[in-house]
Amino acid sequence: MTAGLDIVVRHRLGAFTLDATLRSQGGLTALYGPSGSGKTSLVNVIAGLIRPESGHVRLDGEALFDRAGGVFVPPHRRRIGYVFQEARLFPHLSVRLNLLFGRWFAPRGGAERTDLPAVLDLLGIGHLLARRPGDLSGGERQRVAIGRALLARPRLLLMDEPLASLDEARKAEILPYIERLRDEAGIPIVYVSHALAEVARLATTVAIIEGGRVTACGPAATTLSRLDLALQPWPTEPSSLIEGSVGAVDRAFGLTRIETRAGAVEVARTGLRPGGTIRIRILASDVLVALSPVTGVSALNQWHGTVAEIGSTGRPGDGAVDLGIDCGGERLVARLTRKSLAALGLGLGCPVVAIVKSVSVETL
Amino acid sequence: MTDWLSPEEWTAVRLSLLVASTAMLASLPLGLGVAWLLARGRFWGKSILDAAVHLPLILPPVVTGYLLLIWFGRRGPVGQFLDDWFGIVLSFRWTGAVLASAVMGFPLMVRAIRLSIEAVDRKLEDAAGTLGANPAWVFVTVTLPLCLPGILAGMILCFAKAMGEFGATITFVSNIPGETQTLPSAIYTFTQVPGGEAGAMRLTLISIAISVSALFASEALARLASRRVGAT
Repeated sequence: MTAGLDIVVRHRLGAFTLDATLRSQGGLTALYGPSGSGKTSLVNVIAGLIRPESGHVRLDGEALFDRAGGVFVPPHRRRIGYVFQEARLFPHLSVRLNLLFGRWFAPRGGAERTDLPAVLDLLGIGHLLARRPGDLSGGERQRVAIGRALLARPRLLLMDEPLASLDEARKAEILPYIERLRDEAGIPIVYVSHALAEVARLATTVAIIEGGRVTACGPAATTLSRLDLALQPWPTEPSSLIEGSVGAVDRAFGLTRIETRAGAVEVARTGLRPGGTIRIRILASDVLVALSPVTGVSALNQWHGTVAEIGSTGRPGDGAVDLGIDCGGERLVARLTRKSLAALGLGLGCPVVAIVKSVSVETL
Repeated sequence: MTDWLSPEEWTAVRLSLLVASTAMLASLPLGLGVAWLLARGRFWGKSILDAAVHLPLILPPVVTGYLLLIWFGRRGPVGQFLDDWFGIVLSFRWTGAVLASAVMGFPLMVRAIRLSIEAVDRKLEDAAGTLGANPAWVFVTVTLPLCLPGILAGMILCFAKAMGEFGATITFVSNIPGETQTLPSAIYTFTQVPGGEAGAMRLTLISIAISVSALFASEALARLASRRVGAT
């Protein structure tokens, strides 16, 4: 028996063909891609709302769909929670009854963590119980929808752009709850998004979907820094995703030091939890490459590394090239001109110094 | 009240209420089923079913009554079968009046329920499915409550139509006081005898009162129900 999700499906929807292969284990798997790339269709296949023409869907070794074996488990027997983009709360039921809806059908017993008080606490919705869905704000509605899915005791939780219909403030309100869900509830999550910031912050595994196909799938940091993906017609600038721990704070200048395997980095903000784990993201075009340490420069962070990969330079009319730099085991991506590449005489294995401005480091 | 109305008139009022209520309740399960088929079903002959349901609405009531007489009369194929096997006789009985008014009210009921089922958001049903509810439970816990205003409207329409039904009833089960003489038949009878104007007027006023009450009741129920489903 293999843990996790194992999908190989092919399905035609009008002129669009979903032809996807995906394997993931635990944590939060982000399906990332442009609108109309088939992310929602793939999630609907997992939930059983779409019955594919061929292939199979297995969860923890159990076939939910297998064309060859004639297996199709209907949605209500899959025990897969689904948080829809537009919440889909039942308008005729109170928040309490919405939350408990799945409990009427879920098997008894099981983990204590999916009890009502625990879920109310996790999502901060205890004060909404007596309200009706029509009286809730967008953010509250979405949190209730997450709670409703959790209380059905799912084996897997699907979230289809749960933040897409919300403004920035409401997104910021919900993101911490999704992080807690990922870290505390112990339920694997498949999360659909076309927002890179969300994916970079939440994902343990990233699957990139374009034109109905999974074009890349792997650990978040590896996938988001892949150089070849920048060549796709859908413009994605590669970025480095690095995990670190929060260190000393320089209150006078409003800086916080983050210790990472690549080296220390100062970020231009305070208020982070000391000793906590944090992710930082640096866009490839925000990284400067030098042959030796530089003095008399405003940038605060300089890391030593070696050139591990040089991206394709074959794009006509484009003078840019991406470099993969290995810094103490972390992977940093830098975008520079082909002219600079030639001028510095960079090749694989060359020692370089990567320079990053503190204000360009995004804390997630 | 009993002083104001003669016993015969009082009987006609009671019989009308009984016939209309029974017709409404008896056709509700079938009405729900047919409305569901027409709203959601995909099958061969759907347009034929649709036409058949609507037929009583466009046929002259007398024609409907006559067809009922041919089919459900004692000698009719269905009537004979019911009499032989179950001892049920419809012709010239109050149960026959129920059948006639149910047939006449059925299209109105189905139409109202069908529209409300079509208005239910299928996405909510999908959501209920992912929460573990099988299709039957989805229908009971989501679809049915959400189309309750339409169901209530359909029931009231059917009741009102049954209260006023005359042509098919009098053709199928005649006009027997105490058995098949409903309000409209009684009013008609009064207008056919000298000095019957006062009785006709009394029953007419009662008829108006019942219809207006039914209308208000349906409005109130629909408002209540739509507030419950949040569709204000």
